[in-house]
Amino acid sequence: MTLTARDIGFRYGSQPVLTDINFALDKGRFHALLGPNGAGKSTLFGLLTRLLALQQGDILLAGRSLKKHPAEAMRQIGVVFQQNALDLDLSVRQNLMYHSALHGLSRKQARRRGDRELERFDLMDRANDAVRTLNGGHRRRVEIARALLHQPTLLLLDEPTAGLDIASRNALNEHVRRLCREDNLTVLWATHLIEEVQEHDRVMILHLGQLMADESGHELCRQTATDSLAETFKSLTGVSS
Amino acid sequence: MKLIAYWHCFAGVQTREWLRFWQQRTRFASALVRPLLWLVVFAAGFRAVLGISIIPPYQTYITYETYIAPGLCGMIILFNSMQGALSMVYDRELGSMRVLLMSPLPRPFLLVTKLLAMGSVSVVQVYIFLFIALLVDVKPPMWGYLAVMPALILTSLMLGALGLLIATWIKQLESFAGVMNFVIFPMFFLSSALYPLWRMNEASPWLYWVCQFNPFTHAVEAIRFSLYLQWSPLAWGVSTGVTVILVILATIGFRPQRTKILGSKPA
Repeated sequence: MTLTARDIGFRYGSQPVLTDINFALDKGRFHALLGPNGAGKSTLFGLLTRLLALQQGDILLAGRSLKKHPAEAMRQIGVVFQQNALDLDLSVRQNLMYHSALHGLSRKQARRRGDRELERFDLMDRANDAVRTLNGGHRRRVEIARALLHQPTLLLLDEPTAGLDIASRNALNEHVRRLCREDNLTVLWATHLIEEVQEHDRVMILHLGQLMADESGHELCRQTATDSLAETFKSLTGVSS
Repeated sequence: MKLIAYWHCFAGVQTREWLRFWQQRTRFASALVRPLLWLVVFAAGFRAVLGISIIPPYQTYITYETYIAPGLCGMIILFNSMQGALSMVYDRELGSMRVLLMSPLPRPFLLVTKLLAMGSVSVVQVYIFLFIALLVDVKPPMWGYLAVMPALILTSLMLGALGLLIATWIKQLESFAGVMNFVIFPMFFLSSALYPLWRMNEASPWLYWVCQFNPFTHAVEAIRFSLYLQWSPLAWGVSTGVTVILVILATIGFRPQRTKILGSKPA
């Protein structure tokens, strides 16, 4: 499913945080939303997930307005937040069951889909362990598995590797890329770490609330006459990644 | 969405609340210490406060313990609801609220479901309290325990919605200490929980009317009358009306951006 953002603007009080944001995601592709801390990424995620109310512009999912058809949109979106959204005292499976129930799935369906995701994410042996006993990388995997339970077509991840070591970061990034390829999932991955972006990704650079670039990594490097995405990022934002 | 989806959602939120209750049973048990202290210690000191009057719904002279037990049931729900509402928008429950709000079901339904789930845990605490109160001779009729359940659920919904409304809209009250001083204590003391209102009228007619306008008074009276198998149209009418209004205001007016659900500092 495609997502289109049209003329999005957002302010906190009199302070503009996002200005005239326009983009359309390609179906089944990995999109990197790259921006330094404070660029407006979390605000944009807040708008895409309806945790923030749109002040200006609109967001369309498969051509349908998020404002007018929120239920349809939320069925199609899976979200992984920057901050932990798991119940640490509950088991992995109990967390998954809770999410499934919120999407109206019966216990039987929830169990079946939960087991499928746990198998896929290699977490089956931890299903009955309390989330508190899992390391950071495993917790993030549980969050991604959970976000996929209701079989969304669009996966939004807001700095999903925050707080992870390099090895876990790379593994998680690769895992989501595989999902994108295998499930034809559209992915929007927000990060401030250029290492998580590959040159064939579509790269959207957000800086000071404005979309400075929206092209494939290769094309961006060509346009800015730079050798790497890191240089491109620096030339566009003035910030070293 | 089909109706069955709403049911699965409702059941799922309830289940989660009960799992958490079980995980944190010592915390919930310690929350019973406060009302039990009031019942055993405070009530012993004020035993003579009721004098020789007979107050409806009681049909005979009663001990002070018997009088304040329904008020303390209200107190358990009052503390839990305010604490629960604050945790929904400021701390412990933020993660689960993020997940909750990603559901495709309508937000007012999700929020009422959440408030009812938190309320059902409070109701069980009230029953444990009433069970322990048997030890100090608070013995309502057997059927009263069943008859009081709707009043307890209604009270928990009313106070949960009030807590959510306050926590969302009044920034100054984002700490539990603030809520305790400006909401819980005034509501509790300016009600019929600890003393019959005719006593208050004798002391100050002005305070009497403040108590009469306090919805918590009517919630406590609905609990009291139901527990003794009597019907109080005023208490039920006011409690139901206020609950409906508060639930509408709290759920329709809910704005995640006024809370910490998105994160402490979105940028």
